[in-house]
Amino acid sequence: MNFYAFFAQLVALAVALVMAPILNGWVNQCRAWLQNRSAPPLLQTYYTLSKLFHKDVLLAHNASSLFRSAPYIIFSCMALASAIVPSLSTNLIYSPAADAIALVGLFALARVFIALAGMDVGTSFGSLGSRREMLIGFLAEPALLMVFFTASLISRSTSLSTIVETLAHREFVIYPSLAFAGVAFSMVSLAENARVPIDNPTTHLELTMVHEAMILEYSGRHLALIEWAACLKLFAYSCIGLALFFPFGIPEAADPVSLAIAGAILMLKLAVGGFLLALVETISAKMRIFRAPEFLGTAFLLAVLAMLVHLLLEAGQ
Amino acid sequence: MQFFNLPIDFKPLDDHATLTCAARVSGSELLAFCGAAHQAERRLVALWGSDERDRDAKFGYALHVAFDLADGLVCLTLPLLTENPEFPDISLPFPAADRMQRAVRDLLGAAPDAGDQRPWLRHANWPADHYPLRRDTPDARYETQNEDYRFVRVEGDGVHEVAVGPIHAGIIEPGHFRFSVMGESVLRLEERLGWKHKGIERRFVGMGLSDGARLAGRVSGDSTVAYAWAYSQAAETISGTMPPSRALWLRALLLERERVANHLGDLGYLGNDVALAFGLMQFMRLKEDWIRLNARLFGHRLLMDRVIPGGVAVDLDAAGAQEIIDQCHAVGREVRNLKRIYDEHAGLQDRFLATGRVTPQLAKQLGVIGLAGRASAQHWDLRCNHPCQPYDQLAPKMAIERDGDVAARALVRFAEIVESLRLIERIVSEMPPGSIRAELRSEPDKRGIGWIEGWRGDVLVALETGADGKIRRGHCHDPSWQNWPVLEHAAIDNIVPDFPLINKSFNLSYSGQDL
Repeated sequence: MNFYAFFAQLVALAVALVMAPILNGWVNQCRAWLQNRSAPPLLQTYYTLSKLFHKDVLLAHNASSLFRSAPYIIFSCMALASAIVPSLSTNLIYSPAADAIALVGLFALARVFIALAGMDVGTSFGSLGSRREMLIGFLAEPALLMVFFTASLISRSTSLSTIVETLAHREFVIYPSLAFAGVAFSMVSLAENARVPIDNPTTHLELTMVHEAMILEYSGRHLALIEWAACLKLFAYSCIGLALFFPFGIPEAADPVSLAIAGAILMLKLAVGGFLLALVETISAKMRIFRAPEFLGTAFLLAVLAMLVHLLLEAGQ
Repeated sequence: MQFFNLPIDFKPLDDHATLTCAARVSGSELLAFCGAAHQAERRLVALWGSDERDRDAKFGYALHVAFDLADGLVCLTLPLLTENPEFPDISLPFPAADRMQRAVRDLLGAAPDAGDQRPWLRHANWPADHYPLRRDTPDARYETQNEDYRFVRVEGDGVHEVAVGPIHAGIIEPGHFRFSVMGESVLRLEERLGWKHKGIERRFVGMGLSDGARLAGRVSGDSTVAYAWAYSQAAETISGTMPPSRALWLRALLLERERVANHLGDLGYLGNDVALAFGLMQFMRLKEDWIRLNARLFGHRLLMDRVIPGGVAVDLDAAGAQEIIDQCHAVGREVRNLKRIYDEHAGLQDRFLATGRVTPQLAKQLGVIGLAGRASAQHWDLRCNHPCQPYDQLAPKMAIERDGDVAARALVRFAEIVESLRLIERIVSEMPPGSIRAELRSEPDKRGIGWIEGWRGDVLVALETGADGKIRRGHCHDPSWQNWPVLEHAAIDNIVPDFPLINKSFNLSYSGQDL
């Protein structure tokens, strides 16, 4: 049993590391198609990462050790986050530790480091980006927590594995609370992953950047790790969304056969999810930065509504 | 000829296009004329200087100032003393003159007697006593150095500076923007341009009259037809040549095609700057089709060197004319669709509306011209105000908006595309037959001025030949000179991330104002 849990954990980590850049490539492909462009190859993100790993690192003279270590910390946080999200199996060795609040904490830790690294060199863009990132972060985190709390209330646990098991194996009833929470979670995911309409991952206009502004000074393997971490973050958020709102197909067992089936179902779900993300990004324009609080405020409100709806309508069942 | 009841006698140049007059004035006469022109709500077109020491030992330099009057273009020439070449500051009635005066000081060493004394085009890359436009200045290279430029500081609690450029995160022209911001809100923006000095005006000296057209066509690549036409007008005035009618109609065709190509590109980039990449892709597709037809029919995508002094270099046959008409119909249809999408896209309109507003009153004070001016209710369009042939027969409609924001500048572009498509169809179907080129012969010691409404605004080229019939002084004026200072005002009270959008809605030339 323990061996399988260990095995499943390793597979989950490996799948996250390998699939994250492919998911990113898939979203870019869908976006290109929707814009009537010919798409870059699915593996383009890998080519970019390998190019960056082969390049020398250029450091600003006044870069501190924090600036150099931040990419490793951010990457580790995101890899760990992707690993503890039960995407292939709920029987993972980290399960007892994998708590929803710990997950939010991991994201927050990565955010703190990337924001500090953005300000480290002292360029105006880094500070500009860090400031905006914190503005978005302090509004997005409570909303994300509320979403998790709604799911926790349903399953009476903050452990991710328990949540997913409960949600996956309940009889088929419609939870209005989860619908609210789902919308809130989608909005938070767009903001947290620096996607349109909050941020534009493809822009070259430094004054409008949020995420990109913080990492302008990075190069070589540092930049590669940060880009990879960004892919992992998108992957982790997608998996959380799928696990909470579409948990069907995630097995409790962790033997190779069920893992393989779960893997295939996950790919399918991610493909659909990635296409929907590209669709949202294609049809919307980027908001003014000061609309972001309204946007995230709405997300928070919806998440609170989800909890209230659960307490008022569903708790008695 | 006299204007504003002032005792200044103007002599008309024998220009075939717009009436152009010139006069020599004294400093006080210049100031009086500026005052009168300001009163009459006319505008400054261009200001430049020249080195005349080989002709006149006492008055070794001259300042030239061109105004747009109701009757046409007038050019005042103020002789300046060799010993102390100082001229009266006219930036009070015409704020746009400020940077042009600073440029005259940087390039020629003749300085205004008041106003801003900081360098404009000269960075620390050449010494302060090196004046490129003086005839005795040798060609020299200097080490690049860091300059200490005194930006205006904004002080107060929480105010800080954000410096952007001249090297940007994308591949765009270099410009330095110094923002004084409070949080995200812009309190003040100061521009520092002049990173693209190429020595074009110095290069003109000694060129043959026909050869200069190629150089003028490369001042600003997106306005190459406008520059080449303006240059040709000036050269034709000097030689007394009247180009054949068909050539003028073909020039108008090329100019309108250039206008449409640029407006299509800008509308796409405006969409891209609010992360609506769909808009960019659609408009770029239309623009690419458009300039590919340019390449097929006229032999150059951007139409460089198609307008030449004396006429045009290419003719159009019936099959080509039909292709152009078909393309106009297709593009017109698609642009109408895309306009509907832009109009109905709530997210995009939210970003466009009220962003980077230049009120008509401010626009009038600062003398905004061209496309940006028309978006702020400034009725400046040479094609309507001083139509040269064939615009006098085409009667183009001026696109005017009053709001002066990004949305208004986009609307003016849409309206001008529609109008240009109509003009192109008329030009192609009504073009007179005949030859497309007349002989051009340079005359010594003459001057000519060309003045054409490019897509960004009016382009002016002033030429003067020396005793040998070669160019003695060539000055190209880009409308960006007038509109760059307005951008500083347009950004105030907007948020920092909206600046790229505002900048793009003006889309001014960095290179065109730094020759």
